[in-house]
Amino acid sequence: MSTSAQPVIKCESVYKIFGANAVKILEQSGGKVDTASLLEAGCVIGVNNASFEVHKGEMLVIMGLSGSGKSTLLRCISRLIDTTAGDIFIDGEDLLAMNAKELINIRRNKMGMVFQSFALLPHKTVLENIALPLQAKGISTRDSMARAMDMVNLVELTNCENDFPRQLSGGQQQRVGIARSLAVEPEIWFLDEPFSALDPLIRREMQDEFLRLQSVLHKTILFVTHDFDEALRLADRIAIMKDGVIEQIDTPANIVLKPATEYVAKFTRGVPRERVLSCKAIMEEYDATATMSDVTVSANAIIETVAGSVLTEQNPVAVIDAEGNIVGALNRNIMIDVLFGETNSMPVNN
Amino acid sequence: MQYFTEHKWMQFVALLVVFFALVMAIDPATGGNLWRLQETRFWLLPDVVNDGLKFLINDFWVVETYDAELDITEQSTMMKEFTRDLSGVVLFSINLIRELLLGGVKTVVAFTSWDFISENEWARIPALPWPAVAAGAFLTGQYLGGRNLSLLAGISTIYIAVFGQWTPAMQTLSFVLVAVPLSVLLGLTLGIIAFRNKTFEAALAPLLNVAQTMPHFSYLIPVVVFFGIGDHAGAISTVIFATPPMIRLTILGLKKVSPEVVEAGMMSGCNSRQLMFKVLIPTARHDILIGVNQVIMQCLAMAVIASFIGAKGLGYDLLVSLNMLRIGQALELGLSIVLIAVVLDRLSLAWAKKQVDYFADVPFHLRHKYSLAFVGILTFTSVIAYVASMAFPDKANYFYFIHESQGLTTEKFWDSIVDWIITNTYDSVQSFNVFMITSILMPMKEAYLSMPVAATLFLVAGTGYIVGGLRSAIVATAFIAFIALTPWWDRALITAYMTTFAVIISVTIGCSVGILCSRSPKATKFILLVCDTFQTFPSFVYLIPVIMLFGVSDLSVLIAVIVYATIPATRYTVEGLSNVPKSLQEAGSMSGVNRTQRLLKIELPLAFPHIMLGINQTVIFSLFMIIIGAFIGTDDLGQLIMQSLSEANGMGQGIVLGLCVAFIGLAVDHLIHTWAEQRKKVLGLA
Repeated sequence: MSTSAQPVIKCESVYKIFGANAVKILEQSGGKVDTASLLEAGCVIGVNNASFEVHKGEMLVIMGLSGSGKSTLLRCISRLIDTTAGDIFIDGEDLLAMNAKELINIRRNKMGMVFQSFALLPHKTVLENIALPLQAKGISTRDSMARAMDMVNLVELTNCENDFPRQLSGGQQQRVGIARSLAVEPEIWFLDEPFSALDPLIRREMQDEFLRLQSVLHKTILFVTHDFDEALRLADRIAIMKDGVIEQIDTPANIVLKPATEYVAKFTRGVPRERVLSCKAIMEEYDATATMSDVTVSANAIIETVAGSVLTEQNPVAVIDAEGNIVGALNRNIMIDVLFGETNSMPVNN
Repeated sequence: MQYFTEHKWMQFVALLVVFFALVMAIDPATGGNLWRLQETRFWLLPDVVNDGLKFLINDFWVVETYDAELDITEQSTMMKEFTRDLSGVVLFSINLIRELLLGGVKTVVAFTSWDFISENEWARIPALPWPAVAAGAFLTGQYLGGRNLSLLAGISTIYIAVFGQWTPAMQTLSFVLVAVPLSVLLGLTLGIIAFRNKTFEAALAPLLNVAQTMPHFSYLIPVVVFFGIGDHAGAISTVIFATPPMIRLTILGLKKVSPEVVEAGMMSGCNSRQLMFKVLIPTARHDILIGVNQVIMQCLAMAVIASFIGAKGLGYDLLVSLNMLRIGQALELGLSIVLIAVVLDRLSLAWAKKQVDYFADVPFHLRHKYSLAFVGILTFTSVIAYVASMAFPDKANYFYFIHESQGLTTEKFWDSIVDWIITNTYDSVQSFNVFMITSILMPMKEAYLSMPVAATLFLVAGTGYIVGGLRSAIVATAFIAFIALTPWWDRALITAYMTTFAVIISVTIGCSVGILCSRSPKATKFILLVCDTFQTFPSFVYLIPVIMLFGVSDLSVLIAVIVYATIPATRYTVEGLSNVPKSLQEAGSMSGVNRTQRLLKIELPLAFPHIMLGINQTVIFSLFMIIIGAFIGTDDLGQLIMQSLSEANGMGQGIVLGLCVAFIGLAVDHLIHTWAEQRKKVLGLA
């Protein structure tokens, strides 16, 4: 992820305030948001001063319990609801300043969204549902159906294309939702609790499917969930929200290892570190003079997956990056510390 | 005291006690305004309405019009011009479809002149031979819904043709084919506007309420004054009558679309037009289709009533044969109307469910096999029919249509059955008749007529207050007070008595049947099918068998009303009971209740709000049918409405009388709805 490039999504002090008087109070205070007086006036604050950037190909997971404002924030960025104050930029363009036509245009070409309850049109077949964004764009029936058929194959629903949503299982329906959101090849992919309505086993399967797709497609993703494990599994970075405020926004490893607030700590407590951290996070410096084991592990490998092989080696194990260069080392003591030691007691690399 | 405020039924008993005390206390001779409101300036209301509407037609917004044929400039009003143009368009459309089906020259005349026609023999639209239409029905049915639908549509068409009802049936069809699309379009448009604009919706709501409870006949009078008499007037009154349910269901359906589906549409890049027509309306199609269905049913129900103001077709013939007491013929005509209704109903549903195959790579002649087959049959039959009419110019040509006199008929058969019934059951039916009238109906009527205005208003206000607080008390009392202020309080009481009687019997039968049938899934399915079928029958058709069996009397009207009004009571009971959440039934079973206890303690209380809505429908249905019953002969509000149809200044009277009927319905509707909503909230169903 390059920080020098322009962020795909950029939020600056985004507020969403519900309530009849919200706009009036904001006008009186000259655009400055004073949460105390707003609450006093009976307003509800959906999103409170959210600022962050998402870069190309990055997946930001917004995690929070119900009522934390995570879906509201997502809808502000997709402009399904109007933002009360702040700025949102998509590829450097001011989203909130767009008129209806520009907004439709950006949705037709740059954005796709998946919904919690699938939101499929009940009267249309799988194929027709997937073709909706293409037809909205004005693509001919023949071309849009051909493209929709490609999407059907992509999400592995082949032979179901003429079924109606009601004939499909929940997982299959969400595959349709995913295919629809990807039909126009959007750059930005919004997912609003896409797997929450599914059974645990199916959910796991869909997460794998989702990771598979992302490894091929490299979209810029905003993913909303209330499931902390799901967030850890999928995210490049996680933003944890509570009462409209982003409590912490960081990589899964850092969130688990250094929770910024007591609230975040509640989630991270009990999360097995070996399942979250990669070798990179715990490796020590490579000592060229030491005798190394023949085994090497990847810097990005999750600890759990390599723990066995490190523990069975007498000598330290070299940690290598994608190019095969040795970037650090792991030994049995570190591994035992991580697996069985006290939380927060050990040093961690960032 | 606390017991009293907490228990509504106690309050209601107290209310009834006071009511009866008031009835006793107010003496007809000396009661004055307490007994019946004396004549006030309010009695002039019908005249005011009349004058107002007359002013609208004759003097409001005067414009100059130029008559090209006579080369003079005339004075006219905007309203006159508007109604004349509208009538012209509607009449032209009806005639066009009618002549496509039956042949004729009027459409050609519209573009040329009568002289042109008399000079050019060929200048006429040829009739479609009925075998071609029947083939079309078969093919359309096959295309849309497969074999069963094909058989239903085709055989119905053949029945109509063979039984010599081709001409009136096609007249009715042309009338329906204009009225239905007009109502659907109008309803859909207004519904969409109301969905988008809250102010418009709020303004529309009371209008819809009144429009849906006004009796059919009240629409006819102003339509006659504004649009004259004829097929177009019938079609316009039908559209006015059939549009409100369409608007209602459109709004309802659009509101029910889940917000996520709307968001999905927006994120797919739909603009507001695409969002409406590609996402919202299709997703709401279930309710909208019920609306279309209702429109078709209303149009066919109106096909009979519209014949009072000159609409030609099956309805008119039915009316004539009922008037002449030719029951057999009426039965056949009624069956034709029912068949048309059922076929259109099923075809429209199948059409809406039709699926498109995008990848089928089929050659032209296969893709269009149905259209091609139709064109083929059409050409073939047309040629044969033409040749036949050339070869035998003097004989009747059975290929175009079979004239009534030459068609098959079962009239004799039915008439003999009726004769047999009358001769064999005359005594028992007559004694039943006499018994009902003298020992039940007359005393009940007397009792109702002895209700003083003050006591009645007190009862209504009290009930309103108990049910829904001050607001309901005011609303319900206002509706009934309006009736009290008109000169027709006694007539309204007669309508009320007939409604009460019919509703009590209908609800008793309907709920019992509903409860019994809901015990088994098979019976539930069966009874819902029966209700569906009966609901398709135009209301007038119910009068035929009743007259056939019971002759012409108050009782036969009531029996027709009861048969008609039992349908909603049954349907809502079955629906209410089968919608009781499964988990609650299981919780009941696990608590060890037996079947009866489960019904009484769990299912009925939970289904009760829904059943109440059914009773509400029963009241509305009864009111409609009682007013139609005026055709047979009653002495209530309906009779007066029928009379004002034929009076010069009947328009105002007809409308005010219609409002009286509507307000009885609306008062009941308001009370029941408020109550049902509260119950739903208490039960956590809303």
